[in-house]
Amino acid sequence: MAAGREIKKKIGSIQNTKKVTSAMQMVAASKMRRTQQRMHAARPYAHRLRQIIGHLASARPEYTHQYMTDPEEVKRISYIVISTDKGQCGGLNANLFRALLKDINQWQQQSVQADLAILGNKAITFFRSVGGNVKAAIPDIGELPEIEPLIGGLKVVFDEFVDNTVQRVDLVSNTFVNSMTQRPHVRQLLPLSKSDDLQTTHSWDYIYEPEASVLIEGLVQRYIESQVYQAVIENVACEQSARMIAMKNATDNAAAMIDDLNLLYNNVRQASITQEIAEIVGGAAAI
Amino acid sequence: MVSLMNCTIVSAEQEIFSGKVTMVVAAGSEGDLGILPGHAPLLTGIKAGPVRLKLEDQTEEIFFASGGYLEVQPSGVIVLADTAIRADDIDEAEAKETQERARKLMDEQANEIDFARAESMVAESLGQQRTLEELRKRRR
Repeated sequence: MAAGREIKKKIGSIQNTKKVTSAMQMVAASKMRRTQQRMHAARPYAHRLRQIIGHLASARPEYTHQYMTDPEEVKRISYIVISTDKGQCGGLNANLFRALLKDINQWQQQSVQADLAILGNKAITFFRSVGGNVKAAIPDIGELPEIEPLIGGLKVVFDEFVDNTVQRVDLVSNTFVNSMTQRPHVRQLLPLSKSDDLQTTHSWDYIYEPEASVLIEGLVQRYIESQVYQAVIENVACEQSARMIAMKNATDNAAAMIDDLNLLYNNVRQASITQEIAEIVGGAAAI
Repeated sequence: MVSLMNCTIVSAEQEIFSGKVTMVVAAGSEGDLGILPGHAPLLTGIKAGPVRLKLEDQTEEIFFASGGYLEVQPSGVIVLADTAIRADDIDEAEAKETQERARKLMDEQANEIDFARAESMVAESLGQQRTLEELRKRRR
């Protein structure tokens, strides 16, 4: 029965693991609801603001903001990478990093260098081991991120764009499709990209009230903030749903493993009983 | 046939209105402005105050926006408000109280940051009261 005891021990430890994963699943499920609500609530604003900025970029404004100048040649590109603080969320971060590295590779073939500004502990540990030109690292986003510390930490990136050290800034994060699917996404943040929903071919400009410079300055600042913030809270929502799915799978796997081990245990137990009986019968026959 | 345009009011927390309207009246940073369909592209800041929409069926809806931006495109009007609520949801007593508190704060404070904050509080509560007056005018 030595083997039987070993199996019992193993079942016990898997049961403990299962308890942990199912607790994590439930925690993630309740957090998921809250984070998704927050993400959905903030989406329209970010979306409309992006539309307006797109319109602005396709206009011929009397005042050109530094973020609007489209450089002729890209020599250096900055990525703002948004990852999670914790693991246990399936392939969420790994998929994101894979998409990012692919993008970096493509640029490298055109001999464009890449800088990184990274948010979240997972990306920090990843790029510490992989290497990469990390310009800014912001750990511990938390579940209720505030916009100011995030933007403050990223200031170096925008400054470099303004003094033309980098010619393009991309935002790398997961977009939330639904609870089952999250998609890694690399999109251009700077220079401001033109929108394609305007069908005008002639050049036009807004009427500005008050002055163009004041308005555009404020709008662009708000645009950057809202895009980064939206990406962060969307990533948090992705994290929670990915974790819920991952933990559900882990719980299911643990349950299947316990079933298998139980079967094995019963087999071993039956075999040992049969053997004992055979020994007794054999012993009795000998006498 | 009345000509229509799209109008969307979004705040950082939600999309509060989206639909066809015949006219938008808002408190622009340089004074009130009314926008009809076919208006030239316009970009303006807005102050705390009412945003009035005239709908297709001639009814009116009034919202309160606490400042932000307004964009006019041939395709429609977008109001990007910092915060926005329906005029019916404004708590009048609270608005008055806030205003008084802010005014008191302005009197006491020599500090510039607090002063600016109090000033914006006064502007916001004044805007709310204006919105309420508009609302009452319609009801009569």
